[in-house]
Amino acid sequence: MNPLSDFIIDVNNVSMKFNMSKEKVDNIKEYIVRLVKGRIKITEFWALKDISLSIRRGESLGIVGVNGSGKSTLLKVIAGVMKPTTGSIGVYGTVAPLIELGAGFDYELTARENIFLNGAILGYSRAAMSAKFEEIMDFSELQEFVDVPIKNFSSGMVARLGFAIATISRPDILIADEILGVGDYKFQLKCEQRMNEIISTGATIILVSHAIEQIEKMCTHTAWINKGRLMAFGPTSEIAPQYMASLQ
Amino acid sequence: MGLLWTLLNPLLTMIVMTIVFSALFRTQIEHFPVYLLSGSILFTLNIEATNTALTSIIGNGSLIKKVYIPKYLFPLSRVVSSLVNFCFAFLALLIVMAVTGAPFQLSMLLAIVPVFYLVLFTTGLSLALSALTVFFRDIAHLYSVFALLWTYLTPIFYPITIIPERYMVLFEWNPMFHYVNYFRKLILEGTVPGLTENLLCLSIGIMALAIGLVTFYRTQDRFILHI
Repeated sequence: MNPLSDFIIDVNNVSMKFNMSKEKVDNIKEYIVRLVKGRIKITEFWALKDISLSIRRGESLGIVGVNGSGKSTLLKVIAGVMKPTTGSIGVYGTVAPLIELGAGFDYELTARENIFLNGAILGYSRAAMSAKFEEIMDFSELQEFVDVPIKNFSSGMVARLGFAIATISRPDILIADEILGVGDYKFQLKCEQRMNEIISTGATIILVSHAIEQIEKMCTHTAWINKGRLMAFGPTSEIAPQYMASLQ
Repeated sequence: MGLLWTLLNPLLTMIVMTIVFSALFRTQIEHFPVYLLSGSILFTLNIEATNTALTSIIGNGSLIKKVYIPKYLFPLSRVVSSLVNFCFAFLALLIVMAVTGAPFQLSMLLAIVPVFYLVLFTTGLSLALSALTVFFRDIAHLYSVFALLWTYLTPIFYPITIIPERYMVLFEWNPMFHYVNYFRKLILEGTVPGLTENLLCLSIGIMALAIGLVTFYRTQDRFILHI
């Protein structure tokens, strides 16, 4: 934690470049053939271009933009899954990523085993997970299936388990990529309630969503991204109408 | 069940290999089953770890793309799991020694030393291979051919004395030759290798580890673009 800064997330001139070559060279044979022919072409694609924004403690961020605008890439860069090509990211707190629920589940293992496996991936000790085990089972309402391999679960059940594990800690930052669309209506309410609980502890939430009402409800600030560039960033009350107007 | 097989597998392999090769080399090697098994379990530790580590990054691509997780854990876990298998294989070796009446040397207690040197070497190689395979998928094919060649260029089931002098240089440049030799001196001969051999085995290990770490850390940020 950086005591000098009251920023919790500080994104500085971040750009992210992908290689979009049509024919991807991923083996030595191809590489040598191309080298001899003198053709190693790399088509660059900038998924993010020079993005800067910062969030203070207690604020929350919504990210909006049309499909393919770079929202998820920005989220992954903040979560530390990707390193930006240029620029820097400062994240001052613990992060709970809800980018893809159940990432890292082993479908051959039971719900019980996956709780510990997923906990380890998210950085919690075995003891911490044992202490939280009942709470996770209660929240996900999967008590009957605790010793069933999750390959037999429905996708909604997997998502419930994933959400329960990911939100079990009290993180400083909660990163969510359109996850509220999972499960039935009742479970969605429950998810929203859990997220509000986490926000009320002073945590920052970063939410990517196409549902502008959700952003307006949950986020103090909004970043509008289009084709990898930051179109506008500011209080949600200002940005949301601008974004909605652009869609018309 | 799984654990039982890690113990039985080297035993059964050893029995087959002993039947096949003892006819060829029986007169030249004392305690042939022990000679064979001591070489092969050490060699298997290296080959199994590197072979499985090779695909460990691309195999876990879906996870790496979604959650931040220290990426070196994937190749490292393969090395550790091969090391666990090695411990069971070592038990099998002890059983074979007891059954065939080979003497238990006091120097055997030092067997952990060459294993430690080898683990440094294997970890380095595993890190480098797992990173490079992300960019060049056909390394997997090349490595399996290389591994076969490596098996024959390491005196596992034949005595080194059958190799003509002019080819010895091939063996001197083979790290596995030195590790296997060190291990067998402790187990079969009851002698403790001197300073030169220790320094040689240690420095090969450290060098491989350094190369592996540099390769891995230089490339790991780009893994996600290729998996």
